[in-house]
Amino acid sequence: MTGSRWFPYVLVLPLALVLWGYIVQPMLATFAESVGDGSGANYSAFLSGGGVARQSLINSVVISLVSVVLCAAVGVSMAFLLRRFQFPGRSVIEAIILVPAALPPLIGAISFQLLYSETGIVPRALQRLLGTEEPVLSVSGIAGVLVVHTFTMYPFFYLAASAALKGMDPSVEEAAYNLGASRVRVWRTVLLPMLTPALVSGALLVFMTSLASYTAPLLFGVDQTMTMQIYINRTNGDMPLASTYASVLGVVSILFLLVMRWYEGRRSYRSQSKGIAAHRREVTNPVARWLAMAGSLVAVAVLLAPAATIALVAFSRDGSWTTQVLPEEYTLENFTAIVSEPKAFEPILNSLTISAVATAAIIVVGVLIAYAVRRLQFVGRSLLDIGVMLAWALPGTVVAINLIAAFSTGNVFSFGKVLVATFWIMPLAYFVRFLPMVFRSTSAALAQTDPALEEAARNLGASWARSFLTITVRLVLPGVIAGALLAFVHGVGEFVASVLIYTSRTEPISVAINNSMYRFEIGTASAYGLLQIVLIFIVMLVSGRLERGRSSGNAKEAAAWAN
Amino acid sequence: MVQVRLDAVRKVFPRSGGEPAVDDVDLTIGDGEFFTLLGPSGCGKTTTLRMVAGFYFPSAGRIYFGDDDVTRQAPNKRDTGMVFQNYALFPHMTVAQNVGYGLRIRKVRGAEASKRIEEALEQVHLGGFGSRRIDQLSGGQQQRVALARALVIRPRTLLLDEPLSNLDAKLREETRLEIRRIQREASTTSIYVTHDQAEAMAMSDRVAVMHNGTVQQVGTPEEIYRRPANRFVATFIGRSNVMSMPVTGAGRDYVEVRGPAGATLRAAAPVDHGLHETADALISVRPEHIRLTSAEEPGAIPGKVTETEFTGMSTNVTVDTGEAVLQAASVEVPTRLTVGSTVGVVLPPEHVWVVRP
Repeated sequence: MTGSRWFPYVLVLPLALVLWGYIVQPMLATFAESVGDGSGANYSAFLSGGGVARQSLINSVVISLVSVVLCAAVGVSMAFLLRRFQFPGRSVIEAIILVPAALPPLIGAISFQLLYSETGIVPRALQRLLGTEEPVLSVSGIAGVLVVHTFTMYPFFYLAASAALKGMDPSVEEAAYNLGASRVRVWRTVLLPMLTPALVSGALLVFMTSLASYTAPLLFGVDQTMTMQIYINRTNGDMPLASTYASVLGVVSILFLLVMRWYEGRRSYRSQSKGIAAHRREVTNPVARWLAMAGSLVAVAVLLAPAATIALVAFSRDGSWTTQVLPEEYTLENFTAIVSEPKAFEPILNSLTISAVATAAIIVVGVLIAYAVRRLQFVGRSLLDIGVMLAWALPGTVVAINLIAAFSTGNVFSFGKVLVATFWIMPLAYFVRFLPMVFRSTSAALAQTDPALEEAARNLGASWARSFLTITVRLVLPGVIAGALLAFVHGVGEFVASVLIYTSRTEPISVAINNSMYRFEIGTASAYGLLQIVLIFIVMLVSGRLERGRSSGNAKEAAAWAN
Repeated sequence: MVQVRLDAVRKVFPRSGGEPAVDDVDLTIGDGEFFTLLGPSGCGKTTTLRMVAGFYFPSAGRIYFGDDDVTRQAPNKRDTGMVFQNYALFPHMTVAQNVGYGLRIRKVRGAEASKRIEEALEQVHLGGFGSRRIDQLSGGQQQRVALARALVIRPRTLLLDEPLSNLDAKLREETRLEIRRIQREASTTSIYVTHDQAEAMAMSDRVAVMHNGTVQQVGTPEEIYRRPANRFVATFIGRSNVMSMPVTGAGRDYVEVRGPAGATLRAAAPVDHGLHETADALISVRPEHIRLTSAEEPGAIPGKVTETEFTGMSTNVTVDTGEAVLQAASVEVPTRLTVGSTVGVVLPPEHVWVVRP
């Protein structure tokens, strides 16, 4: 049977149905919901008038554009400093440069609020230090959103530029100097043109992620953005309007996905020579060395501050921290409460259960889709690929709305049951959001595995299933596990979709954190957050072990947190 | 078109534990000369070239182009044309844009620039390739674009860093003739770095052999081959039998040593050899200079053949004389020379040379 040219379809059909049923069809359901009465009135608001819809779209786009510029400035200069110069503190910074982006989105945003908002640690410390009336350098509103975006999304630029610089042959730059070009000219005519592909893909990623960003506007109170309007309209019960916003945001995200795929297909400038180490320029000027040292200290402090703040505040007594720079009363109560009170422990249990269920499904479907796309020949292969990427491109908010729209009545994919307000919609949302992680890591592992190995097994008499399980799966296992761990961790940190679909019985950790913040139980919120961070740290360590010797796709995936 | 002079140049890299990568290098490269730095990897030849180009600054010593002291001058001010090992062509520019890059910087524009670009491309047999993309060219073509790019600016010196090492063997031989022809036409002072001794021998006016960061010997290819200064040069350039033998007598430009089987051998030596009786001398004989004859011939050292190896051009014969194992290479080998047979070895005095350790 496996020799038949129909065999791929036997495998692919169920996979295609899963992608259709839980990703594409819900999207269409949302669209149907948005045009409910057939007039399209909800959409015309985006095109005309000075209403909330239009303003939200403009705000979202402007915030995203400014985020791109800020992230580009920070990310590219960091990449240059770390790749091209040798100075005291360089390796420390390189080791922790991705830390802010590795925090779960909600905790990341909260830590920035605790640090830099009007009531934040830094502005108050400066106020105390300088003796001014008002907190100094505090950020709020859109500025706050931009600070969070810059700190959590610059890794997109940093990683892209850093990889491009690493792959760039240093002798190309030297050739330009040799021909008489000045430093500025080398930048303008050689380095920037060669970095362009990296910068464009970094810009697209930051733009998409900013557009999907929900926690930052939520915490800094910027209501008029696309994601916030989805949330607000959903909680106000105006599902058609929420669906409209979700459809617009979804379409824009998909457009960006397509642009990105088209752009990645074009050629990039890889080095033609192998094994040439880039020369890092040693900073030797003593003044510059002192500056570099001071700069490194500041950078380390800034990079570690968010996680450190959460860790510190987690031990503060709820309600004790009002106008002081730092909390003054410390206690272990926040943690003992979580462990001893069943009600407080429930969110942790929920998150673990939901993530585990979702991850199990993700492994099965993700591995099979990756295998089908990489190894089988069939009509519609690229559609399958795009189906998974669609899940990656859709903002969490949109994923939630799509599922609500599709499963508020029973349909064939939910076996006729209503899923909204049940347990099952939670793992389903996580499944859709994090399926691409296992798909990608498995794809990458498959790309490094010679198909001839499987053919050898078949040649020796193994059935398709046997060779798949004993050879292929065995060889790509480290990649699968790494992807699965990542999906699990993201599940435990998930907030954006959960907040739209949870019920009191399925409240996950992030939602519990948000609710604690709402009740000003900052200590409890931070304690939950610290637990999340510790879990992420452990999983990163484990998957770092698994990925050792392989490409560091892991760090790149970690950067995909922010929204 | 300028003389290049290195004066006691030394380079110590940071984090190398004080071990110099290049130490005490004195070289004078004549105007229009094709000069090669030859040595195994890690000998400091590329480091030396990069100091001439300005990508490294020497830790001590000076570098002059003619009368200009360029020791601390920035690379973009030196007016050298460098051909990189991996060509380092700008991937985002066409062939013509690559070649024209240095001209634009020198404010050569318009028709004059196009003319010089086309001329340079003609010179490397790539006329009409100007609008091609770099990734549409083969390795050999890329190599020639790199050469055209370096030459079109009419540099004061042409620097070539193992430019042939990425080409296959046949292309390598063709290209080295080409490079030499173009260099002669332009009579540009050239410094060529290679680890390939055949390349160095075939192309160079003079060669500097480097090892462990120091220059072992400077001379014409013939001098270096026929009169290697020391054991390293003797064995790195071609093959050589290097043996230590007690000195029995010494003249101004020769020594006599007691060879295998007690035979007295006469060996040519540098005039300042400073050897005398009771010392040991290192002598070097090239395999192709060893004459194999019958064991009964007077003056021949008897030995036993332990190995023969037919290479096509000649036959390598390993002879064990009891005290020494000698490698001989003969174009014609008597058929009786089979493994185990006895043979006479003659070391002709004109080809026996004393080397320093």
